[in-house]
Amino acid sequence: MNLLLNAYRRPDSISLLDERQWDLLVRQARHANLLGRLFLRLQAAGVEDKIPERPHNHLLSGAVMAGEQRHAIRREARYLQEALAPAGIPVILLKGAAYVAAGLPAAQGRLFSDVDILLPKARLADAESALQLKGWVSTATDAYDQRYYRQWMHELPAMRHVFRGSALDVHHTILPPTSRLKPDASLLIEASVELGKDLPGIRTLALPDLILHSACHLFHEGEPNNLLRDLTDLDLLLRHLARDDAAWDELIERAARLQLGAPLRLALRYCHSLLETPVPGRVQARTGCLLSGNWVQRLRDAMYARVLRPQHPSTADALTPLARRALYIRAHWLRMPPHLLAYHLAHKAILPARQETHPLSTEKIELAAGAKKAA
Amino acid sequence: MRIRDLSPAEFRQRLTGDGIRLAAGPFQCRLHSGIPDIADELARLYAHHPLVDSKAFTDFHVSVQPGRGMRRWLAPQARFVVDAVEPFTPLPRNQALPMLEWGLNWCITAYSHHILVIHAASVARNGRAAILPAPPGSGKSTLCAALVNRGWRLLSDELTLIRLDTGQIMGLARPVNLKNASIDIIRAYAPDAFLTRPILDTTKGTVALMAPDQASVEAVDEWADPAWMILPRYRAGAEAALSPMGSGAAFLQLADNAMNYHVMGARGFDAVGGLVDRCRNYRFEYSRLDDAIAVFERLAGEAA
Repeated sequence: MNLLLNAYRRPDSISLLDERQWDLLVRQARHANLLGRLFLRLQAAGVEDKIPERPHNHLLSGAVMAGEQRHAIRREARYLQEALAPAGIPVILLKGAAYVAAGLPAAQGRLFSDVDILLPKARLADAESALQLKGWVSTATDAYDQRYYRQWMHELPAMRHVFRGSALDVHHTILPPTSRLKPDASLLIEASVELGKDLPGIRTLALPDLILHSACHLFHEGEPNNLLRDLTDLDLLLRHLARDDAAWDELIERAARLQLGAPLRLALRYCHSLLETPVPGRVQARTGCLLSGNWVQRLRDAMYARVLRPQHPSTADALTPLARRALYIRAHWLRMPPHLLAYHLAHKAILPARQETHPLSTEKIELAAGAKKAA
Repeated sequence: MRIRDLSPAEFRQRLTGDGIRLAAGPFQCRLHSGIPDIADELARLYAHHPLVDSKAFTDFHVSVQPGRGMRRWLAPQARFVVDAVEPFTPLPRNQALPMLEWGLNWCITAYSHHILVIHAASVARNGRAAILPAPPGSGKSTLCAALVNRGWRLLSDELTLIRLDTGQIMGLARPVNLKNASIDIIRAYAPDAFLTRPILDTTKGTVALMAPDQASVEAVDEWADPAWMILPRYRAGAEAALSPMGSGAAFLQLADNAMNYHVMGARGFDAVGGLVDRCRNYRFEYSRLDDAIAVFERLAGEAA
């Protein structure tokens, strides 16, 4: 039972929930990393006073957490700028950090575990030394993971600041170079926009590129925990874009230029069907995003219907484990040619990534963060 | 209905079945265990807590489970699970009970930012509360356990919850975590209190949990007004003595021990500032519990 999607789509419907349903709603929202965003949405819809006290405490706590991250991310962006400026490398923020820094609606209640930046591949080595000089260190410890990232991926192994503990992903493009789709990162960098006066010198991808990157991420990602959160990002970004009707056409053309028509099509399809994102008729016609399609499309719909749910036991059905597995394989299939995929999966089957857990401690709580392993 | 009204068999059956649903102060918790051995002691620790209806909203769904695969039998483990998520490295199975307690503390800390959560003990007398923030090893829990066995009401041993609207303390009245030498000290000092068997070799050394007294649990919903902030320090041979602490130092002490201070931004700053203003702030050195209690009695007798 997907209470989260109901409440998110129809804030008014929450007045019908009984205590057990509230219980489940909060758990689903926590699992989907959407507690804060749901709270702000209910608040904006004017139904905050319909939330009983206990669930209100949890939803509010999620929003408080996200609110503090906003400050943390802006601070972090300035530190990055300080570190990279001597090397003459501009800070271009991606994903969550970009939404927050640019003050986009997609920043609302957004929780995230790291800051992502993009820079030209030719400057990667310089950037890495400049960052190390200011205290960021690589977190991937084993040689396989180091090589996996450096040889095959679109980003360095995750870095972490030794004092602040903040996590950083340094990208040189938005998809692994081994992917079937090959968007040209220099186009993204060229079109990036400088933020206003409160974060001078810091840049983000342009709005259409933020959308395309988010779509890419959503449909090349093999790990379903944040997929519904990412879909709500896309919904908020698309609604923001739609303020200017002509921007839809620019988005479609931009997607074609970057070879990202396919992820955009899927993004529009699932945003529209799950979150009722308005997609103008001509955009539907040009992208074919809502066509029912062949058996491949139907299979894909069945898979995404399961992974685009809060990944909580209450929303799982008999096919959920299969869908999660299929998503993992599909993500890797899209990211690697077959021989590399076989090699990688064999390595991970023999030496699976260790689950990251922490010793139980009642000392300070960490803002969500986790070292990243080759997936 | 309270936990004490359940027969041991019924308690065990619920604990290993759907879970025990109880209220600990402002939180409704569902405690489940796949390790039945903890049932009897857990029932004693929470004897006076009220049961909560199974249809009610639950703040935390927590469980301790045996290790997976071979770790069920070979160097057996306990895992802490909160609503299908396992945030921690497993511990040896004999630590299942403290793991459940510490895990519940973690839930409160990680998920409650509508209140200020301070790593501190707090006790109350006539509606006025003393907050005892302190680093491990300062004798905070020992002092807290002694006070609640001499007429003070237990609000909390580990986490002090401050409401942002009224600035008052909401009690939890959950078990007190005693470590190492303080276990025998409290056994001798309060022979009637229930303590669990000591559990050896935890990360905190040997630990035992002390059950909160009936009166504290039954009065837990009466919020208390913070009146004193007292930073205790046990020093062998010291005379019990209070010394006033400046408000700047008191602020830093509280902010440093507030688990979610860094998450709450300006509201956290205001909440800590409010506490410092309302409290008389002291450092407190002691060695003998009876002398320490006498000092607290004097404080309680002072006009507000």
